[in-house]
Amino acid sequence: MSAFRALIGRDLKLAFRAGGEALTLVLFFVMVAVIVPFAIGPDRPQLTRLAPGIVWIAAFLSMLLGLDRLFRNDDEDGSLTLLRHAGLPLEAVVAAKVIAHWLVTALPLLLATPVLALLLSMSWAQWGQTVLALLIGTPALVSFGALGAAVTVGLRRGGLIAPVLILPLSIPVMIFGVGMLDPLAGSGATLFLIALSLVVTAFSPFAAALALRVAGE
Amino acid sequence: MSVDTVKQPNWFSRLAHPGQFLAWSRYLIWPLAIATGLSFAIGLWFAFFNSPEDYQMGDMVRVMYVHVPNAWLSQLVYGVMAVSALGTLVWRHPLADVANKAAAPLGAVFTALALYTGSLWGRPTWGTFWEWDGRMTSTLVLLLIYLGIIALWRAFDDQLKAGRIIAIVTLVGALNIPVIKFSVDWWNTLHQPASVFTASGPKMPGSILTPLLVMMLAFTLLFALLQVARMRTEILRRRAETLSRQAALQGAAK
Repeated sequence: MSAFRALIGRDLKLAFRAGGEALTLVLFFVMVAVIVPFAIGPDRPQLTRLAPGIVWIAAFLSMLLGLDRLFRNDDEDGSLTLLRHAGLPLEAVVAAKVIAHWLVTALPLLLATPVLALLLSMSWAQWGQTVLALLIGTPALVSFGALGAAVTVGLRRGGLIAPVLILPLSIPVMIFGVGMLDPLAGSGATLFLIALSLVVTAFSPFAAALALRVAGE
Repeated sequence: MSVDTVKQPNWFSRLAHPGQFLAWSRYLIWPLAIATGLSFAIGLWFAFFNSPEDYQMGDMVRVMYVHVPNAWLSQLVYGVMAVSALGTLVWRHPLADVANKAAAPLGAVFTALALYTGSLWGRPTWGTFWEWDGRMTSTLVLLLIYLGIIALWRAFDDQLKAGRIIAIVTLVGALNIPVIKFSVDWWNTLHQPASVFTASGPKMPGSILTPLLVMMLAFTLLFALLQVARMRTEILRRRAETLSRQAALQGAAK
């Protein structure tokens, strides 16, 4: 367990001390929301109606953009090979990296949502539900992303393929995530999203670890 | 490299040897081609000349004889890919990844044709080429998954490694497709409910069902034919690649 925590700590340290990628992702997240009014017009009632969907799209794009850093750097500098031969099972290594990745890429987005709520004239109730939906749904997005990153880790041109693979698979996350705001079917969607998120989070470390083993052979 | 001196434990591993496959599948091509041509001839004759017009849709109902088989194959091909993915991961069957690679573009084309014929059918009957309803949307997502898998196949240099990694992706997709279908259905339902495979048997008169079943058989045979031909091509392509690599090595040694 201490190795597990040490690995999370290592990834967090790497993220905060080098590059400032987390901040860049937050910036991208806010920018996507900023360009939407330019595209559809600054009509406030319309923005209010579209806001949860826009936030979800911005979150989707930001998560996809951040995918590449999950395993690629470790693969390139050789630490992935060391981790593969460490005492910790590779599945646990992947789980630790997924948790660290969620803390670095998803949590800052959640903290930035009030800015988006303001810009897109969301009501506070709408904002609260969207944050709750993102809180439940982003672990599933990160887990799908881990699979995509693991599958493409050995590829020189993998940067674009992982999002193309992952996007159709994660459509249910978005459907139920946005569906949570539906006044009629919202509670059902909440339960489905929780179930989906739990299942995907539980299974993806195994699939991703299998892919990493094959890639490292 | 002599095949005959290698001990062959059972028919299953004999089936696994690419050289053996090339030998026996040679005799599969022509019978399959003839059966495909015959069943298309019978099916199309039924579809055009010996099936009634629909009392509401008129002649447009005949699109169904192309649309439904394509939609059926769009799912069958994914099933074939999922089984071959299991073959790759569980048994390391050397033909399984060849089967997966061969099937992916076929599945994508059948899925695209199902969407295309569906939109041709939808325009006069529903008044629109595209509607975001449950079944059309999940078929579109299935097409995107096929295209993603094809893109992944093309991105790898090492085909053996690619086979095993794509098998993982194929299986994850297979587990996820029911979830996608359910979520999309939950999201929106407008398409008419299933009418061929229902618990109480087909809800269609025989005059329409017979040509439909013949056409489904014809398209399935077409898939089998193309699949065997593509697998043979892929094995030969890999063999040619190996030979050219060997030739390059020998050239370098001189």
